[in-house]
Amino acid sequence: MDAIISYFSSLNPLTLVLNLPGNIAQGIIWGLMGLGVFMTYKLLNFADLTVDGSFATGGAVTAVLLMNGCPVWFAVIMALISGLIAGLITGLLHTLLGIPDILAGILTQIALYSVNLNIMGKSNLPVSYRNYTLLLSASNITKAIIVGLAFAAVIIAAMYWYFGTEQGATIRSTGSNPAMSKAQGINIKLSKVIALALSNALVALSGSLFAQYQGFADINMGRGAIVIGLAAVIIGQVFGEALFRKRINFVIRLIFVVIGGILYYIAMGIVLWLKMPTEDTKLFTAVIVAIFLAVPYLREKSRTSFKKVAKANAKNSAAEGDKDA
Amino acid sequence: MLEIKDIYKTFNKGTVNEKRALNGVSLTLNDGDFCTVIGGNGAGKSTMLNAVSGVWPVDSGAILIDKKDVSGLPEHRRAHYLGRVFQDPMTGTVADMEIIENLAIAARRGKRRGLSWGVKREEREKYREMLKEFDLGLEDRMSTKIGLLSGGQRQAITLLMATINKPKLLLLDEHTAALDPKTAAKVLELSDKIISENKLTALMVTHNMNDAISHGNRLIMMNDGKIILDISGEEKKRLTVEQLLRKFEQVSGAKIDNDRMLLNAD
Repeated sequence: MDAIISYFSSLNPLTLVLNLPGNIAQGIIWGLMGLGVFMTYKLLNFADLTVDGSFATGGAVTAVLLMNGCPVWFAVIMALISGLIAGLITGLLHTLLGIPDILAGILTQIALYSVNLNIMGKSNLPVSYRNYTLLLSASNITKAIIVGLAFAAVIIAAMYWYFGTEQGATIRSTGSNPAMSKAQGINIKLSKVIALALSNALVALSGSLFAQYQGFADINMGRGAIVIGLAAVIIGQVFGEALFRKRINFVIRLIFVVIGGILYYIAMGIVLWLKMPTEDTKLFTAVIVAIFLAVPYLREKSRTSFKKVAKANAKNSAAEGDKDA
Repeated sequence: MLEIKDIYKTFNKGTVNEKRALNGVSLTLNDGDFCTVIGGNGAGKSTMLNAVSGVWPVDSGAILIDKKDVSGLPEHRRAHYLGRVFQDPMTGTVADMEIIENLAIAARRGKRRGLSWGVKREEREKYREMLKEFDLGLEDRMSTKIGLLSGGQRQAITLLMATINKPKLLLLDEHTAALDPKTAAKVLELSDKIISENKLTALMVTHNMNDAISHGNRLIMMNDGKIILDISGEEKKRLTVEQLLRKFEQVSGAKIDNDRMLLNAD
């Protein structure tokens, strides 16, 4: 009993509130990554695991270029391009060599581990705001949130535009109905490669911003990124659909991916505030994502299920039995 | 218009599941021919249509459209010449895109797809007129997701998509088989109308002997990956189901083994 009381009295609500802006900033950055996952997972119907590698590549490229005296805008653009190439490779493995989607992504991801080590030369590189001009950093969280939101706004606008174009429509149709797409003259291999490249470019950009935010690039910074990206997409979808129901449209769905990222990081903040050991955070992440992935399925099941029919029929026959007696 | 020259296709070559699906098929369609295709189960009807569409490459033989050999072109490049409607109403349209978006994708078949807007403003009015002619009440629901439509409506939209730019050849692969009789009749009537109004060249696979006889100006029957009957002109106009069954037995030396076809014989 004493242990519980001392545990709760050791929790300071103020720290939770004070940590909130930092959680929001990180959530926005990971929300950008979630937008990349949205492109492949939702639009292309392709579970792309490249992202664990390309997120770290974005950070690695940014850190090395900054250390070599390049301006930050150049480092960010190069990070974007490196992610584009990573996605391109997964796309070519899948379309030219016929490797199944998940495996193609895993192969690129594992290769990128070595590539990232080679880029950085060691497993961790510091990029402190004290030594470099950065776009954002944890030292100025208000600025980090504003910069993150600016990126989110530009990217959402660009995605809204692109997926409304003739070319963007081919990516959506390829993901939704490949047979129809081919019959309508769409080169579905090309649309898959384009979507994977764009998605990983966005993921690497997010990795670049995250390395700047936390002040270092690390070989393991992308580990489990796909799960966090999925968390942003799925949490966003569940909340977006609950709030907007049928009025939900493409822009709102994109905005809710970023909101999903923020909600995820706030949840993580609460968990850490509750003094859950940090080594358990990945476990917690997996549980959250599993729950949110299960929500649409369980909701559907709660409407109709064999069990319900059995129960209803048992009840009816019991009632009839009563009548007979 | 369409020339099929002695095409062969064997699936699962060298395995126990080896299946000779096309066994030297040759067929020439003239401009404006509307040819129906019937035959037993596994006769090669759909396989022939898939060969023309380029779903896979043929083992040997050539397919010419407008005197151009397309046998070496992959499916998406052949699509330029073709309009296709499938048996499954789900196959021809993208469920989670709007009606108008589906039409716009079809309207760009065979054209370069760039970075301009996917549905132009002037297209909207054009598609509305087209849908109005179809008389399905869909002209005011162009922003509805296709997934919310019935199978018959989806099949009608697929038909419109297949013919939105006049194709060199229209391929209908049992496109009414999955619909209820009333809807099937309506879609078939619609197909007839579109083919005659646009003077399209068409191949229509069907399992319904009456439909095969009463539609089009030509009828071919397939068996064991070959064309065994080719009837056109006056002879086709006078054709009856009984004659057709008898002819089949004469040519193939066996009774017809397509249950669906026999069920639909009267």
